[in-house]
Amino acid sequence: MKNDNYLKDIGHIKDMMNRSSRFISLSGVSGIFAGCYAIIGGLFTYYYLFPKPHEQLNYGSTKFFEIILIALLVLVLSIATAIFLTSRKAKKHNAKIWDITTYRLVINFLIPLVTGGIYIILKLNSQHYGLTASLMLIFYGLALVNASKYTIGNIKYLGIAEIILGLICAAFPGYGFWFWMIGFGLFHIIYGSIMFVEEKKASHWES
Amino acid sequence: MGIIDNINKLFDHRVRLGIMSVLAVNEAADFNRLKELLNVTDGNLASHLKALEKAEYISVAKTFIGRKPHTNYKATKIGKLEFKKHIEALEKLIN
Repeated sequence: MKNDNYLKDIGHIKDMMNRSSRFISLSGVSGIFAGCYAIIGGLFTYYYLFPKPHEQLNYGSTKFFEIILIALLVLVLSIATAIFLTSRKAKKHNAKIWDITTYRLVINFLIPLVTGGIYIILKLNSQHYGLTASLMLIFYGLALVNASKYTIGNIKYLGIAEIILGLICAAFPGYGFWFWMIGFGLFHIIYGSIMFVEEKKASHWES
Repeated sequence: MGIIDNINKLFDHRVRLGIMSVLAVNEAADFNRLKELLNVTDGNLASHLKALEKAEYISVAKTFIGRKPHTNYKATKIGKLEFKKHIEALEKLIN
């Protein structure tokens, strides 16, 4: 009788831990994936689409749209992977993926991100390309910091790192591409790997 | 005797156990998040949080978001340690 109660207690502990921490999976493996997509997209752009030193990248040219298309593709793939991996884990633990917390997380993430996106498009429209990478990093960082209130804390530090990188990037015009690769590629992979190791440690508790 | 010593009386309740479970894997959680996860009433949750706070197993940070009070809870080092001991004791009892 007593044993049964203890067993129920342990079941309850496991259930609470799983339900409250579903975003751990969003942070780990999907972070590594997002970083890889960014680097592949970046390298592809660099070798095939980047304007030669004497060329100018014109707003509205085919090349311009191809670069935008790749950037969007990287974004969509990253988000799709994150949603796929998270919902798979949620299903395994019988947790709802859409609750008030998820909703708040998404809204808080999107406010700075969409603001930044529109701002960058307006700037591109008026031929201001120079700060694109810097602005992307800064607004993405702000979005992460803003969303971190609704998920585990580490995402805040990734956000702060992206903001700092974006500011440094603004100080070195002409190297935007490389800063973009570090911020969206390398940082995601490093962050994803750290989270992955921590998840493994946490799952030791669960089982 | 040794095993029973580690069973913590304070964790001998579903809600308190739930609070500690959430705070063991999350850096922090606010009142509404805990309420949503544990599916309990305001008063019930508040009294259990108070008990854990008194034992210094959790720390409380009150801030204002606009005009709304916002209360954030974190597990303290002692709290995490005691919780871990409690789980280990539970596991030993079952095996």
